[in-house]
Amino acid sequence: MWGRIAALILKEFKMLWKDSKSRMVLVVPPLVQLVLFASAATFEVTDAALGLWIEDRANPAQELVSRFEASPAFHVVARFDNPQAVQDALDSQKVKAVLHVGQTFSADAAAGRPARVQLLLDGRKSNAALILQSYALGIVESYNLARAGQAIAELNIQSRAWFNPNFDSRWFILPGLTVLLTIVAILLITALSVARERELGTFEQLLVTPLRPMEILVGKTVPALCIGFVEANVIAALACFAYGVPFVGSAVLFNVAIAVFVLSAVGIGLVISSIAKTQQQAILGVFLFLSPAAVLSGFTTPIANMPDWAQALTHLNPIRYMVTLSRGIFLQDLPWALAWPQLWPMALIGCVTLGFATWLFSRRLE
Amino acid sequence: MPATVTLTGLGKNFGTMAALSGVTATLAAGQITGLVGPDGAGKTTLLRLIAGLLTPDSGTLEVLGHAAENRDAVRGEIGYMPQRFGLYEDLTVQENLDLQADLHDLDRATRRERFETLLQFTGLAPFTGRLAGQLSGGMKQKLGLACALLPRPKLMLLDEPSAGVDPASRRELWRIVRTMAGTGVAIVWSTAYLDEAERCDSFLLLDRGRLLASGSPSDFTRQLEGRTFLAELPEGQRHRIQRGVAALPPIADATIQGRSLRLVLKAQSALPDLTDVMGNSATTRPTRPRFEDAFVSLLQADRPPIAAPPVQEALTRSADGIAIEARDLTRDFGRFRAVDKVSFSVKPGEIFGLLGPNGAGKSTTFRMLCGLLAPSAGSAHVAGVDLGRARATARERIGYMSQKFSLYGNLSVRDNLDFFSGVYGLAGRRRSSRIAWTIESFDLESVVNLEAGSLPLGFKQRLALGCALLHEPQVLFLDEPTSGVDPLMRREFWSRIGGLAEGGVTVLVTSHFMEEAEYCDRLGIVYAGRMIASGSPDAMKQRFVTAELPEPTLEDAFVGLIREHDAGGQDAAAA
Amino acid sequence: MTSARTFFRRFGGLLHKEFVQIVRDPSSIAIALVMPVVLLLLIGFGISLDARNVRFGIVDENRSVETAGLFQAFANTPYFRPFSFLTSKAAEAALMRGDIEGFVVLRSDFSRRVADPIRAADIAIVVNGVDANNARIVTGYAQGVVATWLLGHRRDRAQPAVSPVTVENRYWFNPEIRSTNFIVPGLIAMVMTMIGALLTALVVAREWERGTMEAMLASPASMTEILLGKLVAYFVLGLGGLAVSVFIGLVVFEVPFRGSAEVLIAISSVFLIVSLAMGLLISTVARSQFVAAQLAFLVTFMPALILSGLMFDIESMPRWVQAVTTVFPARYFVSSLQTLFLAGTVWPVLLPNLAMLMGFAVLFLALAIARTHRSLE
Repeated sequence: MWGRIAALILKEFKMLWKDSKSRMVLVVPPLVQLVLFASAATFEVTDAALGLWIEDRANPAQELVSRFEASPAFHVVARFDNPQAVQDALDSQKVKAVLHVGQTFSADAAAGRPARVQLLLDGRKSNAALILQSYALGIVESYNLARAGQAIAELNIQSRAWFNPNFDSRWFILPGLTVLLTIVAILLITALSVARERELGTFEQLLVTPLRPMEILVGKTVPALCIGFVEANVIAALACFAYGVPFVGSAVLFNVAIAVFVLSAVGIGLVISSIAKTQQQAILGVFLFLSPAAVLSGFTTPIANMPDWAQALTHLNPIRYMVTLSRGIFLQDLPWALAWPQLWPMALIGCVTLGFATWLFSRRLE
Repeated sequence: MPATVTLTGLGKNFGTMAALSGVTATLAAGQITGLVGPDGAGKTTLLRLIAGLLTPDSGTLEVLGHAAENRDAVRGEIGYMPQRFGLYEDLTVQENLDLQADLHDLDRATRRERFETLLQFTGLAPFTGRLAGQLSGGMKQKLGLACALLPRPKLMLLDEPSAGVDPASRRELWRIVRTMAGTGVAIVWSTAYLDEAERCDSFLLLDRGRLLASGSPSDFTRQLEGRTFLAELPEGQRHRIQRGVAALPPIADATIQGRSLRLVLKAQSALPDLTDVMGNSATTRPTRPRFEDAFVSLLQADRPPIAAPPVQEALTRSADGIAIEARDLTRDFGRFRAVDKVSFSVKPGEIFGLLGPNGAGKSTTFRMLCGLLAPSAGSAHVAGVDLGRARATARERIGYMSQKFSLYGNLSVRDNLDFFSGVYGLAGRRRSSRIAWTIESFDLESVVNLEAGSLPLGFKQRLALGCALLHEPQVLFLDEPTSGVDPLMRREFWSRIGGLAEGGVTVLVTSHFMEEAEYCDRLGIVYAGRMIASGSPDAMKQRFVTAELPEPTLEDAFVGLIREHDAGGQDAAAA
Repeated sequence: MTSARTFFRRFGGLLHKEFVQIVRDPSSIAIALVMPVVLLLLIGFGISLDARNVRFGIVDENRSVETAGLFQAFANTPYFRPFSFLTSKAAEAALMRGDIEGFVVLRSDFSRRVADPIRAADIAIVVNGVDANNARIVTGYAQGVVATWLLGHRRDRAQPAVSPVTVENRYWFNPEIRSTNFIVPGLIAMVMTMIGALLTALVVAREWERGTMEAMLASPASMTEILLGKLVAYFVLGLGGLAVSVFIGLVVFEVPFRGSAEVLIAISSVFLIVSLAMGLLISTVARSQFVAAQLAFLVTFMPALILSGLMFDIESMPRWVQAVTTVFPARYFVSSLQTLFLAGTVWPVLLPNLAMLMGFAVLFLALAIARTHRSLE
């Protein structure tokens, strides 16, 4: 039996390696996607186009305005003197935000009355708007502090962000991206492998040999496992060395987690492969699985923000667990005890899907 | 007759490969021109060039008075039927016809009139509402023809229209096409069946892109007058004798035809003394030459003689008396019964042929016997193992060669051999010696490190057969092993199989080619899911000897059997 | 040369055939109509960029009326779900475990400091920075809650205070700053991209495989007519998918729609043509299906998700990445949809997008036709 499996595994590796197209496809797209998305996926907002509608000429107003001008988050592109101009500019997205200081601002401030400024934000890009809002708040806060002097400061808020003191979104995204790129590669390899053999006719030749269904599955799983390891580690290394993401956790834990993750991904790929009769259908299956799974995994948006039913669904998604583990290991030095609650559900998913695939395989042989 | 199509020095390249080179011919109206040759000869390329789907790289091509560049003018006057009939399977018969009518801009009145004629002609009138995908092979063919005929073209191009279809439907098709030719249509019928070539008015023989011969088939065959003979074979050892005779210098070709050996002499040779090889009882009589004989002698002039393969050593045999046994084998797909209580048995060392048209249940039966499909009822025993119970064990004793090349094309020959030997559990010394044996016996030394998919067809075939034999199986299953191969390669292949059978390997083979059936010891004819006849090829032919037909071919026998079966069915229904 | 009537009969026949095939093939309908519904519902409801019910710890070392008041202030907002801790250590452990996303530390001298007009009260806010975006938002919210509470507290105590400047945020086009309003239009764009590419890529390949394409090419129909026939039929199907998606956006997600319906249909149609043509192009370029799969993914799904402006703000990306995004049609469509839904028919935004999309449509169509011609060779 081992001889048979060994022959099969060797053949799978040779096939992947000798086909120059699949060799290229395993290397180039992940790299390209890594570079592109690492650079693109940023939650920071910089150089936001700001418009100024300042109706007050006095010093306090000007001082506030100059703080906005000096801030790296904003970039003043226009000044308006009437509401219509402001509306047009926001409508046509010439500016992302407009700072409106009313006529009575300086007078109110001097008299100790509540002084207010308005920040008009383009709600079409609500995420950016929220971020800009918090930047603006920061600028105003420091203005308040400077204006009032330390004595009247009522509040001294120190904020600290654990694990990511600079709020660097790349630190947040890249560990997740590692996971996503790995599963895309694994799914495409496994889902297409059986479908392709079936289309070429080589699958039939396999079925006539003494290979049992379980052996065929093992033969397909092991190469995918190896490739998963290599991809994940290479991308992780790139994330650390090229993009400066720290890796404070245990490499052993990382690889154990990857192993479990890849097994569950292979299981899913093989199930898709058993159901699909042609490569086209296999591609469709992978698409249909990945679209919601990638988005609902905590990769970009926190799971905690999702409605309860969606959160419940993510429990079935191995990407969710691996993303949490990945971030934990990269940034938090996650200990084994805390990793375990993420590991066992993935292992369970893996067992179920691999078992299901075996069953489907044997049935297909009928 | 004015020429409908004129080719001069026509050539077409795909990359560095010359699919066609220097083809010169004229095709006339009202004639059926046969385009003959094995796979890869260039038949489809030539048809596509004439149809305007490809542009020539060299030479000139004139169709219906228009040059190659001006093709759009005559699209409406050419009917083209590609290899898989070009039908939309999820459209009904009527819808397919309507689509063609729309494409050719036929108005309502013309349409209705032509539909009626064609549906009558092809017998498809009662099936207009059926989805094309649900028609039988023969009916699909007729529909394809009807669609191509709809615009009343002046030129009809048919790409292997009779491939895989039962002989009765094939004859009907000929009848239809013959009638068309009578109305002045020029017809090009491409085929790999050499007996069809004989029925054409003129022919073009292609081999590897070159035109080997053309003209009238009878002239071509007449060259071999006086050079063809039939010799009676003694009992047993048919293959050994065939090899011995084929090796004699004056003999151009020696093939097994049932109980006889068909001999073709080389030009200017006399019939040699056969007593050494065949024993004293050798009797010979002259016989009418066939198209294939002329083809083979032409090819042989072209190619170096193929070395006779080494004789197989006797392989381990099972103690049982029966190598393959099927008892009441049945298979259902939903409500459709594909195979209905098929029973037969094969002795060790026998070559058994399963014949029948596509969709008759032959492939399903075959697949059940090699363990690819489970029977719905009945039992199958192969090499002493009950397939219902121990399929994996059975597979260790079975070798399989599929119709399409099903090895790993982007791996090298050696990689494929390594893989299959590993998968069949060969290790260590045994593995290396078997691989070495395969490479040597099948002449694979020169290509051992090349990609399997890039090899020419003959090498691929030998590799596939070699991989099937690595583990010294007791039973060999061959699914249409020589489809698309030229006659010489076919002979070489069968001579190897013969050697294996003599060594005790049991062979189960399926085929469409009736001549191939002659190599078998016994045949089983599968039709409509049942085995309607079984026995030796000669016994089957014997049943249909009549005054008009003193020497029936296997195809005549086949058609007769089917006719009997259908008539019997009607009687039973009437009773 | 060919009269109009001939052309229409031919083309009509082709169209009719395509529609019959669509109706009889469930997979096309599944892709165009069922998939958008499933994806929209799943992802639309699943994603939210708004922080809500953030589990937040309050470390109360002071245990006074003031701290109780602050706790209540947190509990009263919809953003937070506060948990009380006695020590910082306990809160830190909870943060590590993931039970809370951040905490605020009120020291033992908190009530005294608040009452003291001279000394400032020290408050530490700690958040889990792994999710930088969320962390920033949560920090901002927490700061806001504390500041507001303090203001109210002082006012109640009638203490003189120099009122700090506050910021009033007004969100144009999306007053409640519902992230759904911003995400759903982008999702619709992503779904349309996938529909277009998948439909055509699958369908053309099938014709080649079955040999019917060859027969078609030998008939009087030209390659352009054949491809156009497919394009039109699947365009209609895609419009159906669009209608379903928009319906879900309006009715189920209650995203406002302030633009003109005609403009929506016009721009969507152009985009649909673009993605259908892209699918055609993919199916001609990629002979190997393995490569086609990766291509399709690389070119449609990932960019639609990450480079189209759906999730991440394009203007904040590095310049070279911004340049790359101009190559992806989805970007223009996302921007148009966001404007049409939330702002209205704003031509200065819509016109350039429309122009780009039309350019893409022409380009991809021409490429697809040119490449299919050579496929037979």
